[in-house]
Amino acid sequence: MSPAATQQTQQPASLLRRVLLQGKYEALTMLRNGEQLILAVVLPLLALVGLTVTPFLDGMGSSRINVAVPGILALCAMSTAFTGQGIATGFDRRYGVLRFLSTTPLGRGGLIAGKVLSVLAVLCLQVVVVGAVAMALGWKPVAAGWLPGLALLALGAAAFTALGLLVAGTVRPEATLAITNLLWILLGAMGGIVIPAERLPAAAQAVVHFLPSGALGESMRAAFLGGALNGGAALILLLWTVIAGAAAIRWFKWN
Amino acid sequence: MVRSPQSPVLSIHGLIKDVGPLSSLDGKMLRVVSGVSLVAERGQVTALLGANGAGKTTTLECAQGLQKRSGGTISLLGQDPATAGADLRARVGVMLQDGGLPPSARPLPLLRHIAGLYARPWPVEDLVGRLGIDAFSRTGVRRLSGGQKQRLALAAALIGRPEVLFLDEPSAGLDPQSRQLVFDLIAELRDSGMGIILTTHLMDDAQRLADYVYIIDGGRNVAEGTVQELLQRNPGADQGAEHVRTLVFEAPPGLDLSRVLPDGVDVSEPRAGSYTVTGTLTPGHLSALAQWWDQQGIMPASMSLQARSLEDVFLDISGKDIR
Repeated sequence: MSPAATQQTQQPASLLRRVLLQGKYEALTMLRNGEQLILAVVLPLLALVGLTVTPFLDGMGSSRINVAVPGILALCAMSTAFTGQGIATGFDRRYGVLRFLSTTPLGRGGLIAGKVLSVLAVLCLQVVVVGAVAMALGWKPVAAGWLPGLALLALGAAAFTALGLLVAGTVRPEATLAITNLLWILLGAMGGIVIPAERLPAAAQAVVHFLPSGALGESMRAAFLGGALNGGAALILLLWTVIAGAAAIRWFKWN
Repeated sequence: MVRSPQSPVLSIHGLIKDVGPLSSLDGKMLRVVSGVSLVAERGQVTALLGANGAGKTTTLECAQGLQKRSGGTISLLGQDPATAGADLRARVGVMLQDGGLPPSARPLPLLRHIAGLYARPWPVEDLVGRLGIDAFSRTGVRRLSGGQKQRLALAAALIGRPEVLFLDEPSAGLDPQSRQLVFDLIAELRDSGMGIILTTHLMDDAQRLADYVYIIDGGRNVAEGTVQELLQRNPGADQGAEHVRTLVFEAPPGLDLSRVLPDGVDVSEPRAGSYTVTGTLTPGHLSALAQWWDQQGIMPASMSLQARSLEDVFLDISGKDIR
């Protein structure tokens, strides 16, 4: 008898299993991609070293590295959630991968849940690697900062995932590649993510507080330097997540 | 063939699909499907045949839940695909026209991943062997040939052992060996009870595979039936006979066959030395022709007798070249 002939009606695997499998598959795909790894780990580590050997952050906190690391972790979230996931999704859309997977039991909802999960999984690895290197270089985070810090990092990842999917779902993949890489550089340098707003030109300061990059960078520094939760910045991140998520749901084109 | 009335796997009634608004139409909507209806049964291959742009893929994508329809009804395994969930998707396999495979993936891990989405998948090793994928199971998708990609896409559609299988242009890019392999598998799956719905613009595919054919043109049904029914129902422009055939032979150019063959058959010499005889040919015609060749001392370099093809039917109905 052919294995195709099934006596019982086929069932989907459980929703949890489907989402976990997709998250694992996408995370492994991301980690196998050399360019993504450079963006996710190598560039943030280079930025970390750069900020510890230059005087940009002097006078902002207890030590250069203590000020630098929270921003570098925020940069990691932007790398993976916005640029990495955005580019991968843009090309998956081009090649019909999104359409095919949405005909399987995974469906559109499971596909998006899997993407969010893969971003969180890669982000965990980034926190471990960057955190370990930073501690070797003398990083001493405030113990009370871990809980709000990691929660904010997850919220920031959600905001940047929504923004990445919005770009990936509305323009051609080549444009997604250009936009997400350019914004990564601009927001990384001038968006208040690794360099605090106070050290930016006065004209930039007013805007930076309302950018997802600035809100995430600021609230991460508040957490790891002072053990505090910056409620205003968290609210701004939440608003970006809701607005970008709604816009992505409204305008995302699957084909 | 009698179409059984009970529980078709797919029934579409009066499907309408508008796209747009399009700037090329001054912001108006374009109706790409206007009233397609069809029924597909278990254990049969149902083919949607039509030229590019006829609305075949759009019809299929509405049935798969990939596109929202603008009007009409669709029942897939008794459910509306526009609102159905994972339970329905688990019972339906889809092979898209563009494959839908990530270029960076490798075939075996990809199939293992998709298999994990089902409770009782087709064992991956068995399926990989059946479709000859084991020969390239660790090669990146972007380096596969068109035929290899097509077989992988078919495997991805079959891994969940679906009751209904959608194939959009299944023989595109297949070399003759792959084509035979894929066609044999489709026939076997049909015989095991799967309901298979495919689109094709290739007459040969429909003629070899399909139990029932819907000819789609300009977003509408224009004809339907088994291949035999279509061939008999549309017996050609003016003969009105049941078995129109074509005889093609090659012989010295410039022969006058008008006194050899009676009226009612049409003789032409489209290329010098290549003759085409069309009409209700009988053994008497062949005998008369052979006797005349004997008298004239002519031995044809080649000859072949062909039944009327589905392509002729299509051309009669739509007046369009399908290829």
